[in-house]
Amino acid sequence: MLKLNNISVTFQSHGQVVHAVQHVTLHVKRGEIYGIIGSSGAGKSTLIRTVNLLERPESGEVIVRGTDISHLNGLELRKARQKIGMIFQHFNLIGSKTVHDNIALPLRAAGVSEDEIRVRVPELLSVVELTDKEFAYPGQLSGGQKQRVGIARALANNPDILLGDEPTSALDLETTESILKLLADINQRLGVTILLITHEMQVVKKICHRVAVMQGGEIVEENEVYELFSNPQHPLTQELVAKSLDLTLPKRVAETVQGDIIRLVYLGDNAERGVLSDTLRAHRVQINILHGHIEYINDKPIGILIISLVGDPVQIENATEHLKGQVAKLEVIRHG
Amino acid sequence: MGSITLSELLPDLGTAMIETGIMVGISLVLALLLGLPLGFLLFLTRRNMLLENRVLNFIGGLLINFVRSLPFVILLILVIPLSMIVTGRSTGPIAATVPLAIASIAFYARLVETSLCEVNTGVIEASRALGASYWLIIKEVLFPEALAGLIRGFTVTAISLIGYSAMAGVVGGGGIGFLAINYGYYRYETGVMIITVILLILLVQSIQTTGDAVSNHIDRKKR
Repeated sequence: MLKLNNISVTFQSHGQVVHAVQHVTLHVKRGEIYGIIGSSGAGKSTLIRTVNLLERPESGEVIVRGTDISHLNGLELRKARQKIGMIFQHFNLIGSKTVHDNIALPLRAAGVSEDEIRVRVPELLSVVELTDKEFAYPGQLSGGQKQRVGIARALANNPDILLGDEPTSALDLETTESILKLLADINQRLGVTILLITHEMQVVKKICHRVAVMQGGEIVEENEVYELFSNPQHPLTQELVAKSLDLTLPKRVAETVQGDIIRLVYLGDNAERGVLSDTLRAHRVQINILHGHIEYINDKPIGILIISLVGDPVQIENATEHLKGQVAKLEVIRHG
Repeated sequence: MGSITLSELLPDLGTAMIETGIMVGISLVLALLLGLPLGFLLFLTRRNMLLENRVLNFIGGLLINFVRSLPFVILLILVIPLSMIVTGRSTGPIAATVPLAIASIAFYARLVETSLCEVNTGVIEASRALGASYWLIIKEVLFPEALAGLIRGFTVTAISLIGYSAMAGVVGGGGIGFLAINYGYYRYETGVMIITVILLILLVQSIQTTGDAVSNHIDRKKR
């Protein structure tokens, strides 16, 4: 659906050359939700802007449905952009125009007749569940409602792909949930491919199928979301995953607990099996659960447990070995 | 002193108002017809804008600054030859309209550019992203988003023009302002001066009030 081939973007800023995006290659498949995560300044915003050429890459190709659009200009570029919807962190609605006129703008850009616009706008509003606000002004809407208008506007010309530039970063937790649900729904029902950038792991976890991690203008890791969470490779990814699954032991607990402290990650079916009771039966150790969490990503579980093993050092070693064979990952945080 | 009665003054006052009306009215129409597009051009040719063009932007800006840095009296005299060519005469309200129009076009163009700069760049970016043509962006985004500011700028331009028009007397333009100078200053007719000044205050006040009302009405929709 979308291929970015070796994209580089360079800026001149205060007399210095900034390599915002460096040799990025990625491939978003038809019908998937692809996320790009990174902290601010990682270049993800610049990267997503190259897809509809709001930012012209210095080198590389943007290929949408097999056509290289990177050198298009004028009318051809506008036609291409009409098939690439985009939503924004700050919604970017026209404040002096009604919801109706905001959504009508892309239709007018595409030369759709006014008669058809009168039919199409309410249809789009029903997709985003905002039918009663057609003649309200953006200033009268909440953040979530504004983003719904943004989504309706982006979908107006039945785009092949929808770009999301931090679409939930200006929204509160609850509204974020509902917007993500709407995006997932649109992806499912209308088959719209979605490429979004975010700095929130939550967003990736909730709706993305695949994800790329970006740092310093480069993609440092790319994977299926479940794989990325269960087996992060790059230090940044590991940090993001750890933060997202938030399993740090309170300092007091870590200091006072006896025995070895061990962190277990178990995946898939193992998450639902009695790994701990097996171990208890086979070895004479005491197991205390200090912290734990099972996360479902794309309906597959990732279990994380922090336990302490108390007992004879030899028994502890044997139990640890036993556990190692049962789980995806085992990490001794502290020896007792 | 005080030798002119109101009935003697009235015909002069009437003529003066018509003269002011002609000078300011025509200049304002020209400010709209030429200053508005010139302001859009200045804005659109700025860095990172739709029609980014450094040369055009520089020349436009220079031209406007040139006109605006001249004291109006100097401009008035400087363009007398041009007034001759355009209107066929060098004195009178019609001739005086030429320098007034030039000043108001330059003045308004700059104010138009300033109000356009206030438009949220994210909104412009969003309209580019959805494939709108430049014309559509101007018509459906820039113009409505800047409209309240454009009206405020127009109000300021109109009021400045009334002030400038008083100086048009130098080339026989007439007008209320000139009446005030002529009778009040040169002929010590304090009464006439007061009446004309009151008239000017009322005129300026009503323009400002109308302008504010219209632009506030437009702004209110956004909230």
